[in-house]
Amino acid sequence: MQSSVQTTPGLGKILMLVLARDLRLAVRHWDQVLQPLIFFVIVTTLFPLAISPALDELRKISPGVVWVAAMLASLLALESLFRPDVEDGTMEQWVLSGQPLSLLLLAKTGTHWLLTGLPLVLMAPIVGTALGMPQSVWPVLAATLALGTGSLSVLGAIGAALTVSVRRGSVLLALLVLPLEMPVLIFGARAVDLAMHGEPVAGPLNLLAALLLFFVSLGPFAMAAAMRISVES
Amino acid sequence: MWLWFHKLSSPPYAYRTAGLVRPWLFWPAVVLMIVGAIGGLLLAPEDYQQKDAFRIIYVHVPTAILSLSIYTVMAVGAAVGVIWRIKLAHAVAAACAPIGAWFTAVCLATGSIYGKPMWGTWWEWDPRLTSELILLFLYLGYMALRASFDDTQRADRASAILAIVGVVNVPIVKYSVVWWNSLHQGPSISKIAAPSIAGSMLWPLLVMLLAFALYVGAVVCDRLRAEILRRERNASWLSESVA
Repeated sequence: MQSSVQTTPGLGKILMLVLARDLRLAVRHWDQVLQPLIFFVIVTTLFPLAISPALDELRKISPGVVWVAAMLASLLALESLFRPDVEDGTMEQWVLSGQPLSLLLLAKTGTHWLLTGLPLVLMAPIVGTALGMPQSVWPVLAATLALGTGSLSVLGAIGAALTVSVRRGSVLLALLVLPLEMPVLIFGARAVDLAMHGEPVAGPLNLLAALLLFFVSLGPFAMAAAMRISVES
Repeated sequence: MWLWFHKLSSPPYAYRTAGLVRPWLFWPAVVLMIVGAIGGLLLAPEDYQQKDAFRIIYVHVPTAILSLSIYTVMAVGAAVGVIWRIKLAHAVAAACAPIGAWFTAVCLATGSIYGKPMWGTWWEWDPRLTSELILLFLYLGYMALRASFDDTQRADRASAILAIVGVVNVPIVKYSVVWWNSLHQGPSISKIAAPSIAGSMLWPLLVMLLAFALYVGAVVCDRLRAEILRRERNASWLSESVA
């Protein structure tokens, strides 16, 4: 028993290792990291083409457009969140490792957020401006996305863990996850909308933060339970 | 109590019990539906404002109430199945999903038919309508996930997690939708807020609610028997009882 304590690194160390590994993998496949972001820009480009090039009209729908596009981009990146690890057997080792699987998966979800959520937070103001959003809204938009994409990552990771062993699971993933994500969309887009009308935004921002805390504290257990089902077979 | 619980969780016993209980649910449901329909469509006076159109509530309200209750039953069944590893509880959850989705769809359809003459529109982005629609999506996602696994046990446990996550999320969805709309428009809420209802209109509604609930029970018994047949198709007790 004593020897195992000495050889097993602590939990914090393990989480850092998971994070570092995933970030290194992402740097080496940086084109795959870029794809959801390019998708985000393309989706937001579709709306002016479909609706109207007039900035006055676009301004009204810009919070919703940015938020829906961010949701879809986050969803797109989820497909590859667990799949490579499950396919090459890494995930099985994690399940057997004796470390709390929920925390390992939460660390992986954190990487997913760093690679898709954070870039979206940084890109959203540019895209928003192209849709006629005033500059004064930038901080609110960034804040809603920073809080909201975290919730999206956790909810999405639950769905990804459930569908990872299903063939052609990406459509199913969208079916499962999108209804659950609707509250985040409502609060996120509404906060930006309120900010554009110069009204106080503390309410929806607080609710977004509350949702994030709620999902981060309970979500990992659902992820771990789902992953155990997906891996054993 | 525990003994009975364990006995009930054995497939042969549950199969027989569901078969015995079913007619006691189904026939009262039929009788009550006839009574409720006569009470609601013939005896109840017409509304001074909505005329005869209000009578659709005798289908709409029971399906609306039951669509949520069935989801709760499904999630409780799923949770029992996961926690105590009772396979029969998973079968109950699986039996609940289609009828729940169907009631949600009927509720939306009747609400839409009611909305056309009342509000002049088939669809209104009202909180209740929207959260009912999201509930339908949750049912469909649950059934889609269940259908995508070949192995019954994995389908059971994976869909159970989804049902539990969903039931935790239902209140959040409900309140976020209410909150979302309260910023936007007020009148539609008061438009469909239940007005205080006269006794002559109320009793058929309660009869219909009971009738629909019994009907759900009967359908779940049927589906549960079908589920047990499918799951236990290789079991010896089944070939004995069929032979």
